[in-house]
Amino acid sequence: MGMSQQTIRWNNFHRESLAIGAGHTRKLERVLKMNSVILKTAIRFLLPLLMLSSVFLFLRGHNEPGGGFVGGLAASGAIALYAMTHSASAARKVIRIPPRAMIGAGLLMSLGSGVVPMAFGHPFLTGTWTTTHISGLGELHLGTPLLFDLGVYCVVTGVTLVFVISLLEE
Amino acid sequence: MIQQVAVILPIVLPLATMAILLLVWKSMAAQKFIGVIGSILLLLSAALLIWLVDREDILVLQMGSWPAPFGITLVADRLSSIMVMLAGLMVCAVTVYSLATVDDRRVQFGFHPLVQLLLMGVCGAFLTGDLFNLYVWFEVMLIASFVLLTLGSERGQLEGAIKYVTLNLISSAVFLAAIGVIYAATGTLNMADLALKLRSFPDEDVVSVLAMLFLIAFGTKAAVFPLFFWLPASYHTPPAAVSAIFAGLLTKVGVYSLIRAFTLLFATDLVFTHNLLLLIAGLTMVTGVLGAMAQSEIRRILSFHIVSQIGYMLMGLALFTTLALAGSIFYIIHHIVVKTNLFLIGGIAERRFGNGRLPEIGGLYRSTPVLATLFFLSAMSLAGIPPLSGFFAKLMLIRGGLEAESYTIVFAALLVSLLTLYSMTKIWAEAFWKPTPEQAIVDDAASDRIRNNRLCLFGPTALLASITVGIGVMAGPLMNASIATAEQLLDANVYIEAVMPRHRLTESDAAFEVPNAESILSDGEFVDVRDSKLDSAPPSIYGPPHQ
Repeated sequence: MGMSQQTIRWNNFHRESLAIGAGHTRKLERVLKMNSVILKTAIRFLLPLLMLSSVFLFLRGHNEPGGGFVGGLAASGAIALYAMTHSASAARKVIRIPPRAMIGAGLLMSLGSGVVPMAFGHPFLTGTWTTTHISGLGELHLGTPLLFDLGVYCVVTGVTLVFVISLLEE
Repeated sequence: MIQQVAVILPIVLPLATMAILLLVWKSMAAQKFIGVIGSILLLLSAALLIWLVDREDILVLQMGSWPAPFGITLVADRLSSIMVMLAGLMVCAVTVYSLATVDDRRVQFGFHPLVQLLLMGVCGAFLTGDLFNLYVWFEVMLIASFVLLTLGSERGQLEGAIKYVTLNLISSAVFLAAIGVIYAATGTLNMADLALKLRSFPDEDVVSVLAMLFLIAFGTKAAVFPLFFWLPASYHTPPAAVSAIFAGLLTKVGVYSLIRAFTLLFATDLVFTHNLLLLIAGLTMVTGVLGAMAQSEIRRILSFHIVSQIGYMLMGLALFTTLALAGSIFYIIHHIVVKTNLFLIGGIAERRFGNGRLPEIGGLYRSTPVLATLFFLSAMSLAGIPPLSGFFAKLMLIRGGLEAESYTIVFAALLVSLLTLYSMTKIWAEAFWKPTPEQAIVDDAASDRIRNNRLCLFGPTALLASITVGIGVMAGPLMNASIATAEQLLDANVYIEAVMPRHRLTESDAAFEVPNAESILSDGEFVDVRDSKLDSAPPSIYGPPHQ
């Protein structure tokens, strides 16, 4: 029931977004803010789950389909849903870090993954690995590809959130 | 080690600067400060690169330790390092100039990060040795330029941007299609490897088609004769700082790519490709300068002159002798400095009157003699008056043309020079010499701002003007450097040897056979050149150290 209502709302959104004009802005705002109680309640439980799944996708990407890009998209999708059901400012509070800073930090991380091997005398972007032992987890291989992917994760999340939040705030 | 760092720095520094600028998005002072510091660091890294390249001829960096032709290779030869140096110099001048001219709203919307992104694309394009990677750098540069062009969303800007974006997207599509075809034909995108394989490619028609596709793709970016319409339509619309950096660098990336493609990749069928280039060069010169004569707004005139001068740069490439190609390189060096400076000076003049339409302005010689001197130096250099830089650039090209006995293009070049002088005299007479017209609205507040920001406005323009004079004074050493660069470009084997050192350039190796179904199916003895190299390479670099 709730889902079908959402579908109708989205259809309306598409129809109305075709005719955005000065007078339509308020209507667009109403459509963008989903006032479904079901979704609003559910998102509190869904947000951590979706974030966990995005982390899962991110880590899985090392050897199987997944990775920073799709993980970042999943994370930004979760936060976008929160922003639509609550408000853009509430979403800003949830993520704590400003999305633009997320882009910058992500770029620096990916850049770092290229620069770190140079410190060991390898060319730019050469994969460099280290092994650590963590009690409970066992042996852990950490390398620059993971850092690169983390950077991608942050950049994708940041960029998508800048889009979504600035659209909602307009 | 220092060599590898030097090659990657011109890409890493703008990226790092941009990332840091994103972190300090809110603070205007930090944006401006870090933007300038990043540009200065880029200039220093470019100086390091040019020094190292001068010592060691060609620097090669195999990214991620993947050997060519499998990974992405960065190559800094003489031409690349000169171009990176010029890019660093221009971005320094323009960011300092932008402190006084780009309004706060544009800085708030990310002017400085975008400039750094643009520079990353430009430097990447100059340094890459991989065709697809070149496409990626082009896109990075274009995306940044799209936003810089429309930043501020004024009516004229959006109108210019539509033409700019449309034509550049079409050229990108052609570029991508050409990359697809060349990959299907040869199985490689590494430029050195491509150069080898195209030399002995069995089907000459395919090579010609590829050459034409790349000519269209790069030609659009370089604004050559039938494909230049996006340039005069858009370059006068954004703030002066933006159009100055566009004028200095963007088309020159196209010219650089043309030089790279038609010296390294498509240098086999010279009669066809380079005669066509010569025709295009002549037409570009003439149409550009004629277009400029019909204009009466400073930056529009200057925009058409960019087109006209792209013709000179192509002329040397088309003649394909050492002297002519060296002339092209000298011309690029001279042009980037002078053209950027003219746009910066035009920007100051426009600020004073609120617009740059020649009938509505005047009297600048009286009110700002310093500006008039700077303009005079740059304009005369553009027209090619001795002893300024343009004279020596044109001298080399024309001597190259005479030696190659292409008298038509020499005549065209001389005629266009004369017409350039006419255009420059027109700006001089209208904007500087004639008394301020009565209907001119002198923006007093703007004049005060100009006076208060003297250092930011006149510092960069004076620096660039002194470089123009300096090029004229130091013409000898610079000519030698240009000739060394041209010699290096004309000897493609040096480049190939540097990128793929294990490849011995013997006759048998250079003969490349296209794999066809028969040879593989019949006996299975077909050995790809790449396979044999796989065996001889140390195994460790082919597998990741961690499973």
